[in-house]
Amino acid sequence: MSLVHLQGLSVRLGGHAALHHVDLAIEPGEIVTVVGPNGSGKSTLLRTIIGALAPQSGAITRKPGLRVGYVPQKLHIDPTLPMTVRRFLDLPKRASDAQAEAALTEAGAGAYSARQMAALSGGQFQRVLLARALLNAPELLILDEATQGLDQPGSAAFYQTIADLRDRLGCAVLMVSHELHVVMAASDRVICLNGHICCEGAPEHVASAPEYRALFGTGTGGALALYRHEHSHSHDHDHTHSHDHEAAE
Amino acid sequence: MSLLDSFLIRATLAGLGVALAAAPLGCFVVWRRMAYFGDATAHAAILGVALSLALSINIFAGVLAVALIMALSVTTLSGRGYAMDTLLGVTAHSALAFGLVAVSFLQGVRVDLMAYLFGDILSVGRGDLALIWGGSVAVLALVGWRWQALLTATLNPDLAYAAGINPRREELVLTLALALVVAVAIKVVGVLLIGAMLIIPAATARPFAATPERMAIMAAGVAALAVLGGLQASLIYDTPAGPSIVSLAAVLFAISALARAVLGRKSRQ
Repeated sequence: MSLVHLQGLSVRLGGHAALHHVDLAIEPGEIVTVVGPNGSGKSTLLRTIIGALAPQSGAITRKPGLRVGYVPQKLHIDPTLPMTVRRFLDLPKRASDAQAEAALTEAGAGAYSARQMAALSGGQFQRVLLARALLNAPELLILDEATQGLDQPGSAAFYQTIADLRDRLGCAVLMVSHELHVVMAASDRVICLNGHICCEGAPEHVASAPEYRALFGTGTGGALALYRHEHSHSHDHDHTHSHDHEAAE
Repeated sequence: MSLLDSFLIRATLAGLGVALAAAPLGCFVVWRRMAYFGDATAHAAILGVALSLALSINIFAGVLAVALIMALSVTTLSGRGYAMDTLLGVTAHSALAFGLVAVSFLQGVRVDLMAYLFGDILSVGRGDLALIWGGSVAVLALVGWRWQALLTATLNPDLAYAAGINPRREELVLTLALALVVAVAIKVVGVLLIGAMLIIPAATARPFAATPERMAIMAAGVAALAVLGGLQASLIYDTPAGPSIVSLAAVLFAISALARAVLGRKSRQ
């Protein structure tokens, strides 16, 4: 059964049609990336899936009892609100110290527990957001431009963490990103969005699709190939192997 | 026959009741940047006083009703083409104006408006005391019950939605609690100074708190200190009680701000 199934979904935002007739299903364990230009409805799509926006028409079917881990695009913590990393992990549900420690380690934020959220760097902050999202053992991890503000190596490392998490925890991942070549390399399926779904499929397929090229130009196709090439070499062998194995199943 | 026979004891207990409820609520008011919301609800309370006198109903009930109506309508109207501060400006001042006009129609009733603007804590009776503590306990119970959800929604509405929490509902809970605090505090510090009891203790506690809970507890401590000290000062120097309490709170805030500056940026981390 699909984790989330959207049928003919249309969403209006402030009188303008942000999404129209979107059909999409997320299957367990897959990494799906949504790409699209600014204002193409990427965040709207994710916010509708988590229930923050009501669709104007169409249906969203969620697997009963679906556990979602959500990593927002940007979380502004008001400077008047004191919040340690550890306390943040207790929202909305209290976590045991062992669970919190495990989630932080899993997300690569092991040493930050006692720090104030406001004192973290951009990359550290995103990893803490990720750790919090992992706490309820999500079946579906939703990330909205989670690497905004990170430099290229920083976001590459972040997406590597995501891919590793998927392999270890078996959760599906739905994410939005601008960084096409980095993100697409780590995806099973890419959805090119511009108010509606222009094209979708494997990263290579989408990168060469005329609809995608019309939106993003041809340059990124080359960068994608290059990145994938480097990626498979810098990877440790064990992991590449298990990843390939899983993909082949 | 008992401790409650002393007007000073009653005043102290009344002040502490308001301080304890206002402190955690004030933290949310500060965190959510809705300082003006507390003020606006308080201004609307004057209309509540006038209507209660005109209809000869219980003042607490009248104030609570008007504060609730105003808070609910502002919450509902916000995000429908008007900015929140515009709506608050419109409703707060018009409610205050209507309230003052309504008071002028009340013939034969000598209304001591000053008592409602600045409170009259020294005249708190046993009934008032029961009302204040009943309201405070209700507010504390409500905020305590919704604490985690309120914090999540305050941090980020989408984070709340993803966890199955409706941030609009939590906002409503906060609004309700705020109206209740205004209604019980009117006797103690008055309409014009309720905002101070919400915000100053929370702001004073901020530099020394590492978590939201500690900030709320410290704010309650600061507010209680202001009540105890302010009442003593008003007795010694024969100054009005409500303003004395707020003045002491402001002095505590100044000390806290100074300490923060001395400790430097370290205190924020």
